[in-house]
Amino acid sequence: MKRTITLKLNNETRSLEIEPSDILLDVLRESLGVKSPKIGCERGDCGACTVLLDGKTVRSCLILAIEADGCDITTVEGLSVAQLTPLQQAFLEHGSFQCGFCAPGFLLSATELLEKNPHPSEAEIKEAIGGNLCRCTGYQPIINAIAAASRKTGRRA
Amino acid sequence: MTQLKFVGQSPARIDGLDKITGAANFVDDLAFGPNLLHAEIVESPYAHALIVSIDTSAAEKVPGVVRVVTGKDFPYRFGLYMQDRFIFPTDRVRFVGEQVAAVVARDAKTAKRAAKLVKVFYKELELVLDLAQALRDDAVLVHPDLGNYTRCPWFFPQAGTNIAHWRKTRKGDIEQGFKQADVVFEDTYTVPRYAHCAIEPHVIVGLYDLAGRLTLWSASQSPYTQRHVFAQALAPLGLSHKDIRVVTPYIGGGFGGKAGVSMEIIGAALAVMVKGHPVKVRWSRAQEFYNTYQRQGVIARIKLGAKKDGTITAIEHTLHWDAGGYVEYGANVVNAVGLSATGPYRVPNVKIDSVCVYTNLPPGGPYRGFGYSEFHFGLESHMTRVAQKLGMDPVEFRKKNAIREGDMLAYGAKMNPSGLHEAIDRVAREIHWGTRKVSKDPNKAIGKGFACFWKAPAMPPNAASAAFIKFNEDGSLNVSASGMEIGQGYLTVMAQIAAEILTVPVHRIRIESPDTDRNAYEWQTVGSHVTWGCGNAVKAAALDVRDKMFAVVERALGIARDTLYLEDEKVKCRVRPDFELRFRDFVISGIQTAQGNFIGGPILGSGVFMPEFTSALSDPETSQGGHPNVHYTVGAAAAILEVDKQTGRMRVLKAVLAVDAGKAIHPDLVKGQVTGGLVQGLATVLYEDIRYDLKGKLLNANFTDYKIPTALDVPDEIVPIIIEVAQPDGPFGARGVGEHTMIPAAAMIANAVEDAVGLRIKRLPITAEKVALELRGIAYDDVKGSYMGLCFLGQADAYNFHTKSVARKR
Repeated sequence: MKRTITLKLNNETRSLEIEPSDILLDVLRESLGVKSPKIGCERGDCGACTVLLDGKTVRSCLILAIEADGCDITTVEGLSVAQLTPLQQAFLEHGSFQCGFCAPGFLLSATELLEKNPHPSEAEIKEAIGGNLCRCTGYQPIINAIAAASRKTGRRA
Repeated sequence: MTQLKFVGQSPARIDGLDKITGAANFVDDLAFGPNLLHAEIVESPYAHALIVSIDTSAAEKVPGVVRVVTGKDFPYRFGLYMQDRFIFPTDRVRFVGEQVAAVVARDAKTAKRAAKLVKVFYKELELVLDLAQALRDDAVLVHPDLGNYTRCPWFFPQAGTNIAHWRKTRKGDIEQGFKQADVVFEDTYTVPRYAHCAIEPHVIVGLYDLAGRLTLWSASQSPYTQRHVFAQALAPLGLSHKDIRVVTPYIGGGFGGKAGVSMEIIGAALAVMVKGHPVKVRWSRAQEFYNTYQRQGVIARIKLGAKKDGTITAIEHTLHWDAGGYVEYGANVVNAVGLSATGPYRVPNVKIDSVCVYTNLPPGGPYRGFGYSEFHFGLESHMTRVAQKLGMDPVEFRKKNAIREGDMLAYGAKMNPSGLHEAIDRVAREIHWGTRKVSKDPNKAIGKGFACFWKAPAMPPNAASAAFIKFNEDGSLNVSASGMEIGQGYLTVMAQIAAEILTVPVHRIRIESPDTDRNAYEWQTVGSHVTWGCGNAVKAAALDVRDKMFAVVERALGIARDTLYLEDEKVKCRVRPDFELRFRDFVISGIQTAQGNFIGGPILGSGVFMPEFTSALSDPETSQGGHPNVHYTVGAAAAILEVDKQTGRMRVLKAVLAVDAGKAIHPDLVKGQVTGGLVQGLATVLYEDIRYDLKGKLLNANFTDYKIPTALDVPDEIVPIIIEVAQPDGPFGARGVGEHTMIPAAAMIANAVEDAVGLRIKRLPITAEKVALELRGIAYDDVKGSYMGLCFLGQADAYNFHTKSVARKR
């Protein structure tokens, strides 16, 4: 039986009908037209489908859309409407992507990290993105960008 | 040389904004509307069986099912270098997971449900899972029709056996070479299969429209090659190249896995069966592992002879490859190694046998390195061991034999300019070779390992590249070619090459992903050749554009063209310093003369490149007489490795890699290839461990059980070193570096493990588990149980490379 859910997607309230068994990732991509969360493994291993759900990263392939009813969801499309975030800027400057398929997931994991911990150590950065897989870059350019974005937000307290 | 303005700089990548804002479209992101159909594949549960019958009636009755397709609908063969596959097999299956039928339905869930209702009756056949068994005289044949297959002229299949191809290279007198040696040492090395693990799974959407036009949106490295293979396979239906269009937007990683044609043929075939509806075939992560290509496993015997002073006198290198159920692409990997398995060394007497063997495992194919990663593991392990026997430093031993420009290669052609000696020196210096690091922790040991590498693109001799360039009204440029932006930065590099000739800055150049209807031709984005091949075509197109600009100025204004030059987006004149004409003032609308008329019109140019000096024709018994490779890219690498003696856990404290890029057009991108390639190479030795059961079923087709590195697994420090010994026929001297950075990783770690804890491991991978066991004196083979990662079941040292059927045909 169809249900109606309402969620705030990238700061815009959206309502839609879904099946209770629908996966959040599929609903975002197919019903709501947000394509930056990618389908990589459909079992929570790769992190390409990462989104922020009420400010926390989740694997949208492991969540039912109905669980997101009433929640706030941010994808990369919602990060940079006005201008690039310092993190996106740092990703550009450090060449922190190659094919770019995993980049949205990394950006969101790093966004969450810097929200919680504006000045992470290298070990904390690695831990925070440890659930996102990248096959191209060897990770170092991503780690460097996150560290650089963190430095730009001021000195460690 | 004149001062370069754009080449050699590292401008912002022109695909950067697309990729960090979520704007980048990959195939699965494209919208096809509510008429889009979805396909689900019915797969073989057996590794080798005859298909007795297929009953699709129950599946066809499911509401929402549009069509069920089997081999009866498409009895056509396809394949890139050898046509040994059917789109859907008609008579027998050759690996677990092979497509037997497809259900096309209105939605994916219905397709999945209906696919379970397709009943296939099989008659199981004896499996060919062991290379020794595959090469026996009375072996069960995986391809009884091998002798009849259409193939490229440089493959030599042996009808009536499982040998799909055998590349033999002979130079000098091998027996004499070993007689001249003071030390002769031989041993066996094994490398299992590996999976590419691009994060984007393969996906294709096909639309055969009501007017008979077939368009494919494909996640591919090879738009034109795909069109060509589709056109060949679908020719019986009356389709030809002009009726087929392949569009390839951004691709989410490939590493060779999206080269050629694998699952994409299913998308093309299904589209033709559901005319008027777009149909999507998207691979699951599991299918990604077992039904695209895998890197082939290999068992290799190396015999190397050297004099007391370290001079290599002879190398005999025999490699038996587990190529899987189909070798339409993989046999060319075997071929490439058969020409180059001396490594980057001057060797007067050579005997190489690279043998491609059919087995009932998933099809082998190209993977970053194209066989070179595989043979370098054995060869570069062996080089260090021979140095030890000579009492020589392993770096000195390599340097003494390192190949130089003009040296004769194994197949008789001359070596291209090479910075190998410089690479060896600079890596040795950076890693402080010759000094020992000692851990403060008594449970840990630290060792260093060194390895050299080389690789040539494996291309047919007529692999061509082409480019178009056109101006826009504001003097900005569109460059059109058909290389793929696979992450390496191809778009930016092509823009830099055009910018250098035409003085238009990179940010004023647009270059898009290929569409075979609109973009100029490119063979494939493989072999690390696009910077070189496609770069040459773009450079030629830019020169053509420049010539046309000069011609218009001469015709309209009477200024001799040989006095003209370009600077800052203007045409200027050497003899008339006052003259300048902005591009934007004439490149579309022409130049107005005193009479008021206009001369010129839109400026467009084209360029092509083909390596006209190459040839694949040579003596099949010796490989002498041809020029199969365009050039080699060389380099060296080293690592400092810490080993935990209790757990076997290893940490790379520092890795250094020097690669001779000829000319680094975008140095930051070259460094990006070093970091990414090294980590991918380290993964094959430290983490990735493929497992099959004894029925040929892949056991770890997911990222939980097949572990690729995470951010927590990267070396503490990576130092990329760029060497620039120009490639004379490369654009601004450039040659490719993409695959090479992965090649030395495995041997470098194996050598470091030995240096640290005295273990010589000759079988990849070298996981913590294996090291911990071996440190306790337990041979890994003795406890590995009933699974395998290589198509060889017994002890590697007992493998007989001269089985009767091989010996008979020698």
